[in-house]
Amino acid sequence: MESLNTQVIVLNFELKGSDFEAAGEASSKIKLVLQQIGIRSDVIRRIAISAYEAEMNVIIHAYRGKMKAEIFSDHTKITLKDEGPGISDIKLAMQEGYSTAPDYIREMGFGAGMGLPNMVRCTDKFDIESSVGIGTTISMTVCHNPLTIVGQ
Amino acid sequence: MSEYFHSVRLIENRCKGCVICAKRCPTEAIRIRGGQSQIIEARCIDCGECIRRCPAHAKTAVTESLDDLNQYKFNIALPAPTLYAQFAPDIRIDTILSALMEIGFDDIFEVAQGAEIVSLAIKDYLKSSAVSFPIISSACPAVVRLIQVKFPELIDNLVPIDAPTEVAGRVARARASRKHGIHPDEIGIWFITPCPAKMTAVKQPLGSEKSNITGAIGISEVYGRLLKAVQDVPAGVERRHASWVGVNWAISGGESLAVGIDKQLIVHEINNVNDILEQVALGKLAGVNYIEALACAGGCIGGPLTIQNRFVAEVNMKLRAENMKAEDTAKGRVPLQEYRESALGANERRAIEPRPILRLDEDIFKAMYKVEVMEKTLQQLPGLDCGSCGSPNCKALAEDIAQGKASSTDCVFKLRERVRDLAKEMIDLAEKLPPSLDKDSS
Repeated sequence: MESLNTQVIVLNFELKGSDFEAAGEASSKIKLVLQQIGIRSDVIRRIAISAYEAEMNVIIHAYRGKMKAEIFSDHTKITLKDEGPGISDIKLAMQEGYSTAPDYIREMGFGAGMGLPNMVRCTDKFDIESSVGIGTTISMTVCHNPLTIVGQ
Repeated sequence: MSEYFHSVRLIENRCKGCVICAKRCPTEAIRIRGGQSQIIEARCIDCGECIRRCPAHAKTAVTESLDDLNQYKFNIALPAPTLYAQFAPDIRIDTILSALMEIGFDDIFEVAQGAEIVSLAIKDYLKSSAVSFPIISSACPAVVRLIQVKFPELIDNLVPIDAPTEVAGRVARARASRKHGIHPDEIGIWFITPCPAKMTAVKQPLGSEKSNITGAIGISEVYGRLLKAVQDVPAGVERRHASWVGVNWAISGGESLAVGIDKQLIVHEINNVNDILEQVALGKLAGVNYIEALACAGGCIGGPLTIQNRFVAEVNMKLRAENMKAEDTAKGRVPLQEYRESALGANERRAIEPRPILRLDEDIFKAMYKVEVMEKTLQQLPGLDCGSCGSPNCKALAEDIAQGKASSTDCVFKLRERVRDLAKEMIDLAEKLPPSLDKDSS
């Protein structure tokens, strides 16, 4: 994907599995930068929600991960690469309500099985790759002006 | 009138230029310049946190005074339920209302009655299909403004119904005009307010073009005279119309109790409210249906223009509610069961506009550049958030520098570094000798 402008803000975050204290900090930071550059608030909300769900997935399921946000003037791309158990059946994991989160996670109000479906719903482009025992990579793109289609 | 009206003001000769107000401001709207606290108007939400925090009492709120009553033929007081909490629970509301008549008002309409109408209207609203959950209460104007400036994406979650004060003002004016045959413009409607946020809502209404309230008078402004009048007024005159349901809105949780929806979240104190809204914006609070959010700790009883300590006010209010419940049950009185649609003034309502403050530039590329400058600058600042530069924290200074409104040497630590580097260079230079004198160089 080649963007017309070369100007991009890149934000990198290191995520640690089970670090619930820091949970959401990366997504909040991404949201703040989008507000600072004046992106429409409904678009920011979609980016923030998908970023948060993805960030939480790493914290709930994985051992560690890297999160990267590339903010262009017309779209934002967020990539998460984690080292973790991976997902054996991605199709199943994409179903609403399907969750492998243990009970203690659910008691905290997480792991309702809405994470991946929410990410798909909020983004314009969503890709997921996973290898069992190795980890999962998620890549999401949201256009800042919902009328333009990125990558075409 | 300028673009923004603010009721929070500075008493210049009292301001010492300390950074306490700037550091406590939830929207980072204050900078210290030239030894004085200055408000960035676009950012201020009139929450009154700076009034509460200033140790020199240099922050105040402009409110109207009783002298302003002279301009109108007929004056109605709209006491906030918080006013009752300023008095011991054994002083009857009837007596407090009589005292208000005694100090110059011609009639009374309790804001608690407005609260009862709004409670019923919210219940009806919850039944409609166009609701986006979680619903956020719009009763506290400082919270509504916080959403306008920092969480514009949550505007659609706000209850689209006027706050109790506005509803009370509308009903009171129409009623008095009918009853006494006075033109509505000749009637002064005066809200007895616990906070500057509501004062500002009168001058710059949220969700309507023009307020139904003529002016707001701080509780602290009338308290002294009311206290005297309470002793003098004859007992036994019945003036109270609102039930405990409406009166209870003064305490955090009172609104939720009146609305009675399940899965409520009650949050008070502006920084807590900010945290919760942050969570809502990230889609975290999926299990919550209704959020009652109040800018002051404890709810309206913690307002900056109140007299009584908020914990004392809370116990006063709880005891009073108990007394009212017992009395109403004995007399067979029940809380309001129905309301007229006209009380809500749906045709006067306007959309609540976003007022985003975080945007660094109208031009997205300039804004992106400023974000980069801000990030780089922030990495070089010490991160102590001391506030000596006059900005509330290092992040805010980095933003001010990116905006060209401050320089890196405004930071005392950066300044010290520069001085040290310069001093070192001077010492180095002072040790240098011309080759004609330098014995080592031969």
